[in-house]
Amino acid sequence: MPLRRRSDLVGHLMTWLCAGTLALNLLLILGLLGLLASEGLSYFWQKPLWLLELTDGKKILGELYETEDIPQSGRAGEEQKTRVRVKVGNRDLSGSDFRWIDEAQIVARSRPADAAVLERLEWGNFHGFARELRAHGQTLARGEDAVWPLLDKLLREKAKERDALEALEKGELGRINYALERLRLAERKLSLETLPDAERTRRAEALSREQAEQQAAYASVAARIREKRSAFVAETLVVETADGVQRELPVGYVMRAIRPNALGFAGAAKLYLSRAGEFISGEPRESNTEGGIFPAIFGTVMMVLLMSIFVAPFGVIAAVYLREYAKGGVLVRLVRIAVNNLAGVPSIVFGVFGLGFFVYLVGGTIDQLFYPEALPTPTFGTGGILWASLTLALLTVPVVIVATEEGLAAVPQIAREGSLALGATQFETLWRVVLPAAAPGILTGMILALARAAGEVAPLMIVGMVKLAPALPVDGNFPYLHLERKFMHLGFHIYDVGFQSPNVDAAKPLVFATALLLIAVVLASNLVAILVRNHLREKYATRSI
Amino acid sequence: MTRLSPKAVGVEILMDDAEAPAPRVDKPVLATEQLSLWYGSTLALDAITLEIPEKKITAFIGPSGCGKSTLLRCFNRLNDLIDVVRIEGALRFHGVSLYGPEVDVSQVRARIGMVFQKSNPFPKSVFENVAYGCRIHGVTRRSLLAEIVERSLRGAALWDEVKDRLDESALGLSGGQQQRLCIARAIAIEPEVILLDEPCSALDPIATAKIEELMQELKDRYTLVVVTHNMQQAARVSDYTAFLYLGRLIEYGETARLFVKPQKKQTEDYITGRFG
Repeated sequence: MPLRRRSDLVGHLMTWLCAGTLALNLLLILGLLGLLASEGLSYFWQKPLWLLELTDGKKILGELYETEDIPQSGRAGEEQKTRVRVKVGNRDLSGSDFRWIDEAQIVARSRPADAAVLERLEWGNFHGFARELRAHGQTLARGEDAVWPLLDKLLREKAKERDALEALEKGELGRINYALERLRLAERKLSLETLPDAERTRRAEALSREQAEQQAAYASVAARIREKRSAFVAETLVVETADGVQRELPVGYVMRAIRPNALGFAGAAKLYLSRAGEFISGEPRESNTEGGIFPAIFGTVMMVLLMSIFVAPFGVIAAVYLREYAKGGVLVRLVRIAVNNLAGVPSIVFGVFGLGFFVYLVGGTIDQLFYPEALPTPTFGTGGILWASLTLALLTVPVVIVATEEGLAAVPQIAREGSLALGATQFETLWRVVLPAAAPGILTGMILALARAAGEVAPLMIVGMVKLAPALPVDGNFPYLHLERKFMHLGFHIYDVGFQSPNVDAAKPLVFATALLLIAVVLASNLVAILVRNHLREKYATRSI
Repeated sequence: MTRLSPKAVGVEILMDDAEAPAPRVDKPVLATEQLSLWYGSTLALDAITLEIPEKKITAFIGPSGCGKSTLLRCFNRLNDLIDVVRIEGALRFHGVSLYGPEVDVSQVRARIGMVFQKSNPFPKSVFENVAYGCRIHGVTRRSLLAEIVERSLRGAALWDEVKDRLDESALGLSGGQQQRLCIARAIAIEPEVILLDEPCSALDPIATAKIEELMQELKDRYTLVVVTHNMQQAARVSDYTAFLYLGRLIEYGETARLFVKPQKKQTEDYITGRFG
């Protein structure tokens, strides 16, 4: 039977198996991303506000979240009963944002056009109806038609006032506080130093003069803040819940006032973008269950950047020594095995090491040598972004070493010989020929390290990551970069919001949104690295004949 | 000889006749004396003694694995890169031992350039490839570099083909152009000797002819040593030819004489194609 085709069943099966496995992987990844996207992105979309009348005569104004079967019902011919989860808001009145309501209890439901959601600075959302606007106790407007146009205008004014107040408090007052703290430390430093009496008096006087200046500035700013604050709360809005309970709250404390049922698609879309923007750029409120997550994004990106700065030279130099200089012996082989095993050490172990070595030993020593005036309050002797990045650098250095070694090994010997044969030394060859050619491999290692570092949470919890950081590690106060400061992190934020939050129902969609954002951050950093790598690959393509 | 591998012993048995006669050159540029080289315990070069004349083309021929490339790489000490290599005997450059303790390897390689079997331009522009050696040796002035680059590219008969694409990647050139670029790169630092390790083995006949023509031009200024497994090429281009077999120098003499009247039977067998 010449030329007859041989049946290759196993080959076909293997092809299908490989393709199927890949498809399954893709499906899982897409499923994960899809879940995060749908849950996370729907968080910003305003749901309609339903007015529910219950059998006991009570009225509830809320957003319907989900419907589920009541367990234990629907047996023995009984009708299956369902209940709905409703976001009722008004945490200050009822104690909780969410309620389960049996559908059997609902007598009537409607969507009144004037029903409003007020996003407040404190106590979460308020659901109810706007009745009256007052200024200094005098009525400005009464009734829906009069209140809303004025309210919208007032809200815009108040937002500006809020920004101005925040700029005063965080900006000017923060600067003065920072200066006062430095003066306090300088004073204490002076008392620790041994100086001639005249010199000591001279310096102490200079310090107290400066202190007096700063305190005067503090008093004037504080007075301005008090003044602005009283103007800020001058206008109040009288609101009424569905049950007829009236509350009066300052307009300044309301972030947004929305009538969801009268919003329309364009209005809803605008609101969506505004909320998403606030989520990305704002500061967290209400123990992280509201507001934005900007400090966490900033902390994550900055920590990963710092880590790359530490890990890149460290890992590359180590790999260069291992591959280019060290003579292949037992010791080198042992080192290589050790490096590879380092990659398998549980990350929390690195965290403990970072705490013991970086924080307590290195940080403690730095404190004793350079910041004795602040003790017993630690400066560097406590967790901070510097120690966290160093710990992560340690965690990811094996990845970089292994990838760099591979990259160096892939540079053909003939490229090195070409340089050496022109009289270049080994170092010149390494610097001008080998390293550029190995750069794509090195960057692949960096990409892996970045991804690993951005997703790592456990070791950071003990070396400087916190639930709520009072200030960013970068600000306008000299020296601008505060590496000793604690920081927030998206990964920890997910854990904190999802599992440590007092208000789990409100926090749940935030977990998805934050996870989506974390993935986006990792993806973005990888994308940058990949683009750089591709550029280098084109530039230094080593040709194979 | 203290240690002999089984292979080397085989060589010993095979070559029972006397030492090959070698031409005596007046002022040899390079000279080896009883040069032996081991890869670990394998003898690769066995007591080779020869002298390379100035401004001539000397060809090393022989079947694969005969040690001709190994010998060539002794001249610019490129064998140093291999840890297990051990060398005995003498190798002199203008009478100075190349393996002496005070010798700077990079200076040796700057004066004895090399062109490889596979063209290996750096993944840089054409200009930077030629300028590389000069930059290494401290030339930084752009105008001087440009002058050297042009002179070298003209010297390698490549200038007219690449003068408009000096800033493009050298990897975009054809195989023959790349090999001539490597020659330009080598002559840019003005060496005295250029070692060519099978420079045409990856090239087509036209590119090969260009390189051979170039070699004839280069020998006015440089001493050329070329390794080739192509006997016709050796016969065409070289002034002297050395035939190596299994690590030994079998015969060395003027090309015209060696190809017409070989004195050793093995040489005759090889050049007549009876083995190879």
